[in-house]
Amino acid sequence: MAILEVDGLKVYFHTRNGVVKAVDDVSFSVDSGETLAIVGESGSGKSVTCYSLLDLLPKPPAKIEGGTALFNGKDLLTCTADEMRHHRCNDIAVIFQDPMTSLNPFLTIGEQLIEPLIYHPDKSKIETRSRAKEKAVKLLDEVGIIDPHTRFNCYPHEFSGGMRQRVMIAMALITEPKLLICDEPTTALDVTIQAQILELIKKLQETRNVAVIFISHDLGVVAGIADKIIVMCEGTIRETGDTDAVFYHSSNDYTKKLLDAIPEGAKVLPNRVTSNEPLVEVSNLKTFFKNESGKNDDDRYIKAVNNVSLTIPRGEILGLVGESGSGKSTLGRSILQLAPTTQGSVKFEGKTLTGLSSSELFPWRRKMQMIFQDPYASLNPRMTVFETLSEPLLYHKLATKKTIASQIKQLMDDVGLSQGQLKKYPHEFSGGQRQRIAIGRAIATKPEFIIADEPVSALDVTIQAQILDLILDLVERHNLTMMFISHDLSVVRYICDRVVIMQHGVVVEEGDTEMLWANPQQLYTKDLLAAIPLADPISERSRIAEA
Amino acid sequence: MNSIETDKGSSLWKDAWIKLSKNRLALVGLGLLVILIVTSLLTPLIAPYGYEAQNLDMGATAPSLQHWLGTDIFGRDMLTRIMYGGRVSLMVGFIATAVALVIGILWGATAGFFGGRLDAIMMRIVDVLYALPFMIFIILLMVVFGRNILLLFFAIGAVEWLTMARIVRSQVMALRNQEFVEAASSLGLSQWTIIRRHIIPNTLGPVIVYTTLTIPSVMLLEAFLSFLGLGIQPPQSSWGLLINYGVETMEEYPWLLIFPGLALSLTLFALNFLGDGLRDALDPRTSKD
Repeated sequence: MAILEVDGLKVYFHTRNGVVKAVDDVSFSVDSGETLAIVGESGSGKSVTCYSLLDLLPKPPAKIEGGTALFNGKDLLTCTADEMRHHRCNDIAVIFQDPMTSLNPFLTIGEQLIEPLIYHPDKSKIETRSRAKEKAVKLLDEVGIIDPHTRFNCYPHEFSGGMRQRVMIAMALITEPKLLICDEPTTALDVTIQAQILELIKKLQETRNVAVIFISHDLGVVAGIADKIIVMCEGTIRETGDTDAVFYHSSNDYTKKLLDAIPEGAKVLPNRVTSNEPLVEVSNLKTFFKNESGKNDDDRYIKAVNNVSLTIPRGEILGLVGESGSGKSTLGRSILQLAPTTQGSVKFEGKTLTGLSSSELFPWRRKMQMIFQDPYASLNPRMTVFETLSEPLLYHKLATKKTIASQIKQLMDDVGLSQGQLKKYPHEFSGGQRQRIAIGRAIATKPEFIIADEPVSALDVTIQAQILDLILDLVERHNLTMMFISHDLSVVRYICDRVVIMQHGVVVEEGDTEMLWANPQQLYTKDLLAAIPLADPISERSRIAEA
Repeated sequence: MNSIETDKGSSLWKDAWIKLSKNRLALVGLGLLVILIVTSLLTPLIAPYGYEAQNLDMGATAPSLQHWLGTDIFGRDMLTRIMYGGRVSLMVGFIATAVALVIGILWGATAGFFGGRLDAIMMRIVDVLYALPFMIFIILLMVVFGRNILLLFFAIGAVEWLTMARIVRSQVMALRNQEFVEAASSLGLSQWTIIRRHIIPNTLGPVIVYTTLTIPSVMLLEAFLSFLGLGIQPPQSSWGLLINYGVETMEEYPWLLIFPGLALSLTLFALNFLGDGLRDALDPRTSKD
């Protein structure tokens, strides 16, 4: 029997610039013990749909314009604030995306866990502290927190991201809800942690027989755990169906587009010039940061990059893979001399860059550029596109006042933006367009070497595919050499010739992409490769079952 | 050595001007300020009386056709005195605030951007100056350099920059790790250029708001110093001084308080409207329409 039945839900945002139909006529139902995945790109209305059920939207600007949401026969949309509080306390729980910000840093996790039990709105259900603690410790154990009795009294900052998300899950389950809403619970996590959390959610759902609504932008993530899938776009449902039907027999154009955008296999570039001449040589590079709180000699420094050597031949796309904290971004910045190196050397075209002063480095800056992860932070919000793109050209004296306009138009063409947008500011662009501007800035000086630091991980999957193709196109046309830093192995496989795997500041394994995929040597590499979520429900299910 | 100035380089300011010219309230503020400034510049030419011209027969008369805003207890024309006072007050307000702005922004931006030991040293200096009693500081300056109205402006500015430096520093610290700053340094821009082109423009919002708050507080500070005999001396006047005297005789001769008070409030309104308008205009995220 359906535990939640949503029918004709409409949520509009009344903004200064008119009405935005965030959710427009959405209907679905969830049975108990079933997992429903809502998949869509950013702005598709998937989160708004779920938040409106729990009255978590800011009103105004949001307004529920119509529809019903029957939870066990009672309408969630018209209930009073008190009734809603009961629902939140007893029946419905939410797990949010970012475990770093969804826990209060000033309270121990234990205190936060037992909060709903000792402050329950229903007086008869209030439990004593000791009983609540007993329950909480048991649950912490169940979600895989080791030594739950001690950990109960720890503060959130003493946990890693994955552990915090486990705590969040325990927090959601402590009231024994009948419906669990997971809003991108694994998006902020590393791939191996993501796999563990997905398994945990699946396991808990089965043992506790709760209904789960799983919101995600990533079809690969939901493939293994969803029973039913809703594909949303621009506030409307594009497709509803069983997981297998959506993945294998979809006839919907938008679903197909989403599935096609998932990078698969390797892309071949026929017209690329590669040579064996090394362009970048890194030998025994160490980048340490001072750690003031370190007590003994060993932890006086944070060894972000510890004795890394690698060579990038001209024309190659080298993938640098690692989980958060592995030192991959620091390595990239050290190569470009943006982070102070402690020891070792970086050579570019045979010239040692380490130890050069900033004015000595200046002529080399033109030849090596960087593309950053977050297109919302990498552009100065107070500069127009024209100014952003003209800065590198003028600064390196590559353009004069006469030629600059035509050079910038050429750049805009290169990155696929129209020239009418030159006078706009960054906030007027979408994430994908901003990343195009950032790429335009990086290639403006006609560099030979580009470090791309997670350039697509903040983007939607369809946009990601476009940006990847743009990067490949530019590499081919301008004979670029590239270091591509990413945590996403499918993306790396798609565009990189060779891969270096990093963990805790050291290189664990390196090799040609396809060789590495086919025959990983190190345990860590095997774990990483095994954790990649595939957009293939059958193999995903069998993997979760094995685990 | 490498400067970037193009005809389109100023478009943040150009766009800001376009937006400001569409903001009616800000324009009213700007207009008022212009009127006030022009009036005080032309005061020696247009003032109806001399600022020290006494007419003891007309002591403390209420506003009349002869003396539009009345006279003070010595029979001096209030309109004249307010006009002359405006010269001093506006000058103090703008010069001292400008001094505070320049020192504060440069100091704060440098400390925040470079961080580390330099930041620690620079901010300890700020702390020490904060702790120094303001009066002693001013008196010391006066003793060393003699009493001089320009020096007064600088002395006030030299005290007011402390808060500005702290505000700018905290802004800059948040900005300096942003990726666009890193992108700029990977382009090889010098650190000074990065501060000038990428950091300071992004701190303008809070700076403008704080500036509009600083100007009136500086004007009142001048009144306080003058009252203690450290600022300007009678028969010269300033709005702050006039208000101070006005307060003493508030019950008998209310116009001596009301009119200089009105002049000061009018200036503050104008500044606030203009400041709000500027803040919005300099933020590209507010729409142009």
